[in-house]
Amino acid sequence: MDQLSSLLHGFEVLLTWHNMLLMLVGILLGIFVGVLPGLGGPNGVAILLPLTFGMEPTSAIVLLSCIYWGALFGGAITAILFNIPGEAWSVATTFDGYPMAQKGQAGEALTAAFTASFFGSIVAVVVITFLAPLVAGFAIRFGPPEFFAVYLLTFCSFIGLGREDKHKIVIALTIGFLLTQVGMDTVSGQLRMTFGSTEMLRGFDFLVAVIGLFGVGEILLTMEESFSFRGQQAKINPRVVFETWKKMPKYYMTLFRSSAIGVWLGITPGGAIAASFMGYSIAKQVARDKTGFGQGRIDGVLAPETAAHAAGTSALLPMLALGIPGSGTAAVLLGGLMVWGLQPGPLLFVEQKDFVWGLIASMYLGNIVGLIIVLATVPLFAAVLRVPFATIAPMILVSCAVGAYAVQNATFDIWLMLLFGILGYVFKKLNYPLAPLVLALVLGDKAEDAFRQAMIGARGSMWVFYSNPLVGTITTLGILLLVLPLLSDTFAKIKARRAGTHDIVPPPVSEA
Amino acid sequence: MSLESHSEERSLVSYRSVDLAVSVVLLICAFVLGWDNLKLGAGWAPDGPESGYFPFYLSVILGIASIVGIVKALRTDGAESFVGRGQFKRVLQVAAPSIAYVAAIDFLGIYVASFLLISGFMIVLGKSKPIKSIITAAIFVAIMFYVFEVQFTVLLPKGPLENAIMY
Repeated sequence: MDQLSSLLHGFEVLLTWHNMLLMLVGILLGIFVGVLPGLGGPNGVAILLPLTFGMEPTSAIVLLSCIYWGALFGGAITAILFNIPGEAWSVATTFDGYPMAQKGQAGEALTAAFTASFFGSIVAVVVITFLAPLVAGFAIRFGPPEFFAVYLLTFCSFIGLGREDKHKIVIALTIGFLLTQVGMDTVSGQLRMTFGSTEMLRGFDFLVAVIGLFGVGEILLTMEESFSFRGQQAKINPRVVFETWKKMPKYYMTLFRSSAIGVWLGITPGGAIAASFMGYSIAKQVARDKTGFGQGRIDGVLAPETAAHAAGTSALLPMLALGIPGSGTAAVLLGGLMVWGLQPGPLLFVEQKDFVWGLIASMYLGNIVGLIIVLATVPLFAAVLRVPFATIAPMILVSCAVGAYAVQNATFDIWLMLLFGILGYVFKKLNYPLAPLVLALVLGDKAEDAFRQAMIGARGSMWVFYSNPLVGTITTLGILLLVLPLLSDTFAKIKARRAGTHDIVPPPVSEA
Repeated sequence: MSLESHSEERSLVSYRSVDLAVSVVLLICAFVLGWDNLKLGAGWAPDGPESGYFPFYLSVILGIASIVGIVKALRTDGAESFVGRGQFKRVLQVAAPSIAYVAAIDFLGIYVASFLLISGFMIVLGKSKPIKSIITAAIFVAIMFYVFEVQFTVLLPKGPLENAIMY
């Protein structure tokens, strides 16, 4: 078992006082970030990324990935106690979590949510441990055409699988893509879309965009509603925790099913949000006794939380093995790799063993430590939410500004952040998806480079994307993913028309 | 977080109008960017695409998608509200100070500007006691200074105050 010895090595790298301390700090910060609406996984990591510029890569990734785990845990607190999803993937957790809290079972609901999250994560980490090296080993033979095909697959699956209006997903993708191309063209050295401005020469940094879109945009959205949150009391003590844990084995099927859904959806880009909804609705469909969903059933909390966490964790698999992030936060972490001077992609497993296995080891330990910390600190973080938002909002704004500035030490970037914030607010309200925009921002120039390198290698012939079975399969898969949903929509419409009813096909509705 | 039930207040502007306006703006952007890239060269050189090739066709896709958006927006009815009056007022209450804050960073440095933003926000919008607000803001800024300048040596923009005390 190669993987096991590598993993042991990873623990050796991880288990230093310095790294353990960073892990603790990361988890606490992450829970904080996850609890507060207006600060989420992606922009929490983005704001803190500049602090890690001078750190050693392994320590940096331990800190940042632990923020991610913390944020995944933290989202559930806000969802259950305050009926506000602190993160988009916690929306489904509010369905049964909040009713449970209203019934005075907040402690149980929280314990269930955290345990489920933990379970989902661990399943996903085990999958990563054994599958990621294989995928990377396979992908090591990839050349530019194969990489472009994989990027194509990623973008197509966003369009094909997305729940929003298709044209809005396409717009989000193209905007992200176009933004990466502003500035100097890396191949020919020509200036593109700068319109004579020197500030535009540097191009747009995706971190600034992420902080603006998710941070500032989210604050504007939150301010719409009101200035204060009212929530249920969190009473959590060891007895409640153990009582709830005793009930867990009964729900093993829910846990395993949701983990499987989560892992699958996490690896295919599209993500944790879809996974949490799917986990919930499938649990509802297969339940023998269907009553009580939405009124506070414990498996109504377990199902979406397990799936969301499994997806959030497994989103790191394609990031590590292929250099293609499966979620917004993974995209930011990937950006971090480049900042620290590591080249993302399959070679990471060969060239940066310490880094990769240190990270994987930190996923195991981070989730165990995270579970304990989050159980112990729920009352503390619930109290944070009782601080008036008028106090917290300006602090978040300041943190966003500092984060945006620190990326390149440019005040111009703070203005850009504000602009992206307003864009994020308008786009969110119009149900434009933001994740594809960020993904395209991170992958855009790499996709273009891969395409142009492939073209140079093939002397300008597009058939290079069908030049061998591997690249042909990936390309075809991508195109199928893009086209199939459109075809099935059309078929459904024709069927409905034949049946004489026009209203059978519901318009695509997106939830937040 | 649009799951929260929107309060029954008068709508400022309909979802449809904003949807339409955004699509039109995107279409204009697509034209401008497409044109700029066409000038740069969006053709196919012997060794593959020219610099403008990718962005040009992306602009074309953006243009097509925004036309779809315009058509779709025109075909929906305009009953749904984009933002209510009260909601928009609250959004402006954050947006306006934020803009002032970013503008102030250039003159005052980020520390003084942040102090003013946090304390001002707490006093005016949060209706907190001035002393409490000022102390909170001062502590926050002090922590910020310690973490960034001292711990991580990330130098943030400074203004006249920092110069005066010779940091």
